[in-house]
Amino acid sequence: MIVFVSALTFFFVNLAPGGPASVMRFDVTAEQRDALIHEMGLDRPVVERYADWLGGALRGDLGTSLLTNEPVAQRIADRLPNTLLLAGAALLLSIVVGIPMGVLQAVRRNSWLDHALTALSALGLSVPVFWLGIVLILLFAVTWHVLPSAGIASVGKDSLGDRLAHLVLPASVLASTVLPTVVRFTRSSMVDVLVQDYLRTATSKGLAPAAVVFGHGLRNALIPVTSAIGALAPRLLGGTVVTEAVFSWPGMGRLALEAANGRDYPLVVGVAVVVAAIAVVSSLIVDLVVARLDPRVVG
Amino acid sequence: MSRIAVLSAIVLVAVVACAVAGPLVWRVDPIATDPAHALAAPSAAHPAGTDEIGRDVLSRLLYGAQLTLLVGLAAMLAALVLGTFVGAVAGFYGGWVDALLMRLTDAMLAVPAFFLILVVVTVAGTGASTLVLVIGGLSWMPVARVVYGETRRWRVAEFVVAAESLGATAARVLARHILPQAVPSLIVSATLGVAYAILTESAVSYLGLGIRPPTPSWGNMLQQAQQYLFTEPSLALYPGAAITVVVLAFNFLGDGLRDALDPRTRTRR
Repeated sequence: MIVFVSALTFFFVNLAPGGPASVMRFDVTAEQRDALIHEMGLDRPVVERYADWLGGALRGDLGTSLLTNEPVAQRIADRLPNTLLLAGAALLLSIVVGIPMGVLQAVRRNSWLDHALTALSALGLSVPVFWLGIVLILLFAVTWHVLPSAGIASVGKDSLGDRLAHLVLPASVLASTVLPTVVRFTRSSMVDVLVQDYLRTATSKGLAPAAVVFGHGLRNALIPVTSAIGALAPRLLGGTVVTEAVFSWPGMGRLALEAANGRDYPLVVGVAVVVAAIAVVSSLIVDLVVARLDPRVVG
Repeated sequence: MSRIAVLSAIVLVAVVACAVAGPLVWRVDPIATDPAHALAAPSAAHPAGTDEIGRDVLSRLLYGAQLTLLVGLAAMLAALVLGTFVGAVAGFYGGWVDALLMRLTDAMLAVPAFFLILVVVTVAGTGASTLVLVIGGLSWMPVARVVYGETRRWRVAEFVVAAESLGATAARVLARHILPQAVPSLIVSATLGVAYAILTESAVSYLGLGIRPPTPSWGNMLQQAQQYLFTEPSLALYPGAAITVVVLAFNFLGDGLRDALDPRTRTRR
């Protein structure tokens, strides 16, 4: 899977007209250009170069950034923890907020509360992420001055509280990309479970409603919801590009954006491959969690 | 069809009418600058005010609507064509073709599309046509899955077997007998696809990698507006609200059409 993505991006970048060789602009002579092309190994066949690149990648060498001459792996390692922090916080937020919301909707289905939350989910799916970010900045940073609008920490007073304050808006905005789907899945999954015979049995043997809903209902409803969250991982990671741009968050998304703006081919390929690898690993983790939750799945 | 879906359809017709007729009625050049009247408040001459270099915001919103809708529709069409082709071929032939194409579909679904968009834009540069191809090329997978499912389902139907035994070619069987069964699902996919394409276009343009200024699109208007958030917040509000309304309408319409066209997937109330 990871090899597939790396091959796809690598061949696309290298075979497209205006590929890496065109990075050299017109201010170099033909000889300099040929020398550079040779130095970068661009005169060799693409398949051979890909094999080299893949061999290096397996040893943690993703090439050298064209813009800064630093190793791509180093630049990614600098930014990766920030993106994982942001995406992790957003994921946590969507689970902690989304699942109770979905359960509430399922238990009170067809009430005004259910309809209001459904409408809110639809709105959440339709608002452009970056615009939501801008509006929240406008409210919380510009109008009320309660939260910082950009960056990961203030200069000079780098404390845990300060870092958390910087995390609130970006994490909320990123969570909005997956939260509506988590809510929808939880609701429909709970609605399916609530009409099952074993729930009626649980109720009729005198269990408290809360024990029925959470102990018996949610326990079973969580299985499809967990799978759905796994399928949302790519969307969550993709959302980091825009979120990080809005909030000047120094993560992988911003790095990819800088690479794209500067036509830094090795960097943009490296970032895409690493992000794809994260997506694949997280879906693997989700599969394992599902196997734990559902004894019918043989792990 | 539900009332909200009908309302959405009306909203969309109104938006399209504005995009088509608006620039004919409101004849102000969307890229003419007037620095002396930059960041002006709404007035009779500029009902939505002016931006940071004095361009008329109303005019930019109207022209932006054209481009946003065009890119959204074209990208959806590209995704529809590609997804239908992949899904139909995989479902019809089965075997290793099926395995290969549907693995590819799964793989594409598992990759964060936005990073791939950045890869493509790095190589191919920016512009409306690139954007259409990129968004289409990275959003065909749900269509392929729908068409694949329908093709598999109808592949073994008696009327399909009958057509084949009469000597109809694979292309004819697909085009005349199988794909028409998938049309209701395709209409739903297409409607939701436009919503996705518009959201993606606006995000890419906001990042400065899509439609480039001075040509207005709702996404790139927001890019410039963010810098003036402290002085002129309304600049950021109009284009974002416009995107939200249009995307919301396409989503509601898609859900409504799903319920209306396909009783099997009708959501339980």
